[in-house]
Amino acid sequence: MVLSKAVSESDMSVHSTFASRYVRSSLPRYRMPENSIPKEAAYQIINDELMLDGNPRLNLASFVTTWMEPECDKLIMASINKNYVDMDEYPVTTELQNRCVNMIAHLFHAPLGESETAVGVGTVGSSEAIMLAGLAFKRRWQNRRRAEGKPFDKPNIITGANVQVCWEKFARYFEVEIKEVKLRDGYYVMDPEQAVEMVDENTICVAAILGSTLNGEFEDVKLLNDLLDKKNKETGWETAIHVDAASGGFIAPFLYPELEWDFRLPWVKSINVSGHKYGLVYAGIGWCIWRNKEDLPEELIFHINYLGADQPTFTLNFSKGSSQVIAQYYQLIRHGFEGYRNIMENCHENAMVLKEGLEKTGRFNIVSKDEGVPLVAFSLKDRSRHDEFEISDMLRRFGWIVPAYTMPPDAQHVTVLRVVIREEFSRTLAERLVLDIEKVMYQLDALPSKLMSPTLLAKTAAKRTELETQRSVTDAWKKFVLANKTNGVC
Amino acid sequence: MVLSHGVSGSDDSVHSTFASRYVRTSLPRFRMPEQSIPKEAAYQIINDELMLDGNPRLNLASFVTTWMEPECDKLIQASVNKNYVDMDEYPVTTELQNRCVNMIAHLFNAPLGDSETAVGVGTVGSSEAIMLAGLAFKRRWQNKMKAAGKPCDKPNIVTGANVQVCWEKFARYFEVELKEVKLSDGYYVMDPAKAVDLVDENTICVAAILGSTLNGEFEDVKLLNDLLAEKNAKTGWDTAIHVDAASGGFIAPFLYPELEWDFRLPLVKSINVSGHKYGLVYAGIGWCIWRSKEDLPEELIFHINYLGADQPTFTLNFSKGSSQVIAQYYQLIRLGFEGYKNIMENCQENAMVLKQGLEKTGRFNIVSKDNGVPLVAFSLKDSSRHNEFEISDFLRRFGWIVPAYTMPPDAQHVTVLRVVIREDFSRTLAERLVLDIEKVMHELDALPARVANGDAAAAAAAAAASEREMAKQREVISLLKRAVLAKKKTNGVC
Repeated sequence: MVLSKAVSESDMSVHSTFASRYVRSSLPRYRMPENSIPKEAAYQIINDELMLDGNPRLNLASFVTTWMEPECDKLIMASINKNYVDMDEYPVTTELQNRCVNMIAHLFHAPLGESETAVGVGTVGSSEAIMLAGLAFKRRWQNRRRAEGKPFDKPNIITGANVQVCWEKFARYFEVEIKEVKLRDGYYVMDPEQAVEMVDENTICVAAILGSTLNGEFEDVKLLNDLLDKKNKETGWETAIHVDAASGGFIAPFLYPELEWDFRLPWVKSINVSGHKYGLVYAGIGWCIWRNKEDLPEELIFHINYLGADQPTFTLNFSKGSSQVIAQYYQLIRHGFEGYRNIMENCHENAMVLKEGLEKTGRFNIVSKDEGVPLVAFSLKDRSRHDEFEISDMLRRFGWIVPAYTMPPDAQHVTVLRVVIREEFSRTLAERLVLDIEKVMYQLDALPSKLMSPTLLAKTAAKRTELETQRSVTDAWKKFVLANKTNGVC
Repeated sequence: MVLSHGVSGSDDSVHSTFASRYVRTSLPRFRMPEQSIPKEAAYQIINDELMLDGNPRLNLASFVTTWMEPECDKLIQASVNKNYVDMDEYPVTTELQNRCVNMIAHLFNAPLGDSETAVGVGTVGSSEAIMLAGLAFKRRWQNKMKAAGKPCDKPNIVTGANVQVCWEKFARYFEVELKEVKLSDGYYVMDPAKAVDLVDENTICVAAILGSTLNGEFEDVKLLNDLLAEKNAKTGWDTAIHVDAASGGFIAPFLYPELEWDFRLPLVKSINVSGHKYGLVYAGIGWCIWRSKEDLPEELIFHINYLGADQPTFTLNFSKGSSQVIAQYYQLIRLGFEGYKNIMENCQENAMVLKQGLEKTGRFNIVSKDNGVPLVAFSLKDSSRHNEFEISDFLRRFGWIVPAYTMPPDAQHVTVLRVVIREDFSRTLAERLVLDIEKVMHELDALPARVANGDAAAAAAAAAASEREMAKQREVISLLKRAVLAKKKTNGVC
């Protein structure tokens, strides 16, 4: 007779992840665990916790690309283990970056001869690009001042008060004073006249933004160029312009080709653009293009010898992934001029659909403009009972992430909801969003008011014109940025 | 009777990519094309051109990780569209970064209380981490000098001449003078005594390297700490130390746990480590850890409000991918202390196998040390007829990428081949590499000499005596240093 033995403790590897002990033990958070765990368990545990992150495609706050074609995803995964900086080992990838730089330089009308190569670099984002451009300007200015025997210890840079946080970072980390042009009635971007007025002999450059973060507006770079030209002739200084085209650089050439904002203007010496915004690539790629060699001081460039030829590099980061560079090249050749134009036109169209849908509800003021980056910024006409934060919270329950940006305590009643229209935000989604916002308003109407303070009620009861609202929005926004940004608006 | 129609111009979408016109037209290189092309064509064309890149896993030059488990690849793919900086929208990803910072801080013995959170940040690599750490030191020093009413316009930083290029970048871009400690006979990293000698009141910090780029050696941080403490006591300055543990930070705790190099030493105020080197994550992640809040000046930090709590950030980059942060967390919990230790021990073991294999051929001098980062640097005993470049070229034909690092023209005969042992470089590969190197030597022996006569004589003389080996090593480093100073890096040594 055969006695069968019951298997009491089976091999651990037999257990499925959710049958194993790994999902019962608490995962360490602050110290490395002593022991290894199986890879399936590690994968499952992390994957499951990440389910509680927002869905990137429903993150309507961000300009940054959240969808790419599966073919491109394949290229990205295949190159994930390529360290971009190994130019010797990956010459094709390096070549692809050079091609992108040239294509984008030509897109921006850089004054290049037929066989002349563009001066530019791929970065991790517009922050790095801006720091490099600012560094180039600072060094040029220092060299010039030194040659003239003048002091060069107090450089400053002129921007609008609507500037994005990376300019603050540049100023703070590279010890440049930031002189901000204040905004005014009906004009919520940098005023070229006031900017030029603020230019002094210590100004390293004037930074204009093509695609203001808050309302997507393009600044008038042409006017800035003309006024600056006049002042330079009067003073003998050579103050130049950097255009922060993080968002607008991949929109203006396709939607507004006659708009002169790029190297067609002689005083524009460098431009940055985010590949990962309307360049239509996932987060992690930006571009900085200089007009020509003279605008990038040689002493900042490090030279690497690859394939016997000189490869100049000027970046803050060294080792990084190659995937986004390859993805950018994919997009440029896959879409071409025609494809990008179609996509931008669609974005613009869907922004209008959303805007009109919101206007039709009769409950919102539209703070953003029609021209510029395709986004819709709006605030409540009547904030006496509920505010934009509650709308934002309730929209989360439907799955949408539409943050509300609050103002500092002296204007707590001024809040804006902003929806950025990206490539994959189709008309269907725009219509659904409007419907869901209507549902939210309906639900809120039925709820008691959360704002109980009598003072607040009195304040909000006063009639505010649309202009006043916009003004206080941007005033307080500016104050905000100066006092330390408490919300990472990108 | 039915007449059948020949289809002369069928719909383009019917054609397979290689049957279509897209592979016949020249792809624009310098200007955007006017028209779109189908995605399959775009994919195929780019994929095919990229076949001519080197195979990352056979790139033996790099410390940077080139293989991860498929489970981790899945996580990476799933998070490729998450912009890391959107902390509000992706709170779990942000939490994972915080956990990694804390785990690494504890790994480095940061003096934290039980519930105290570590001060640190995830970066794109050690370059960014070093710039942040340097910036913190510079600002602390400036504040100190301003408070003392002294001039603060000439900061300097003390490092060894064996320093990696990102320190040069930091110095040049942030306007800090770089004071390099020259190397000496038999000592090819920064000498702590000489370093401390160079310290003056304008020194913002001394940077020590744990895992020198050329030969993987660890610098003696403990000695540096003790000597610096002595000098500080005498002068009243409080010059501190930053440890560039880009490679060594994920090796020393597992292979040499008794080695005191981290926050156990009181003057070490910040440490950077590359997650993408022995942190075992793909390129694009580094970490900078500070000892405590005091070491990171508040004015450098930007505060972001998320989930009602304050999330301080201090980075140069803003938007970037989330994949590598998640991958780092995966590795830390998947492997744990035990797993990392096993992997480092394996790397060390395989480095010894390679080294012994090369020594057995009798043709090479081993320039690297046994302790430190697992790598093998070697040069030809006799380079009179052929040089290391040719070995490098020939090895490429077998598929291996083993670059040779050349010295500037006044010492063209001094070249080093360096093989870095990464996690995925198994013993089988080590043995195969030795075999292939032997094949290459055999082929080269059969070929006529390529080196010119004059150089050959000098090379033969140099290779003859054994004392010359030391001189060669010394020259290697001093020329490397000169090359770096002259801003003419002829090869991107990472």
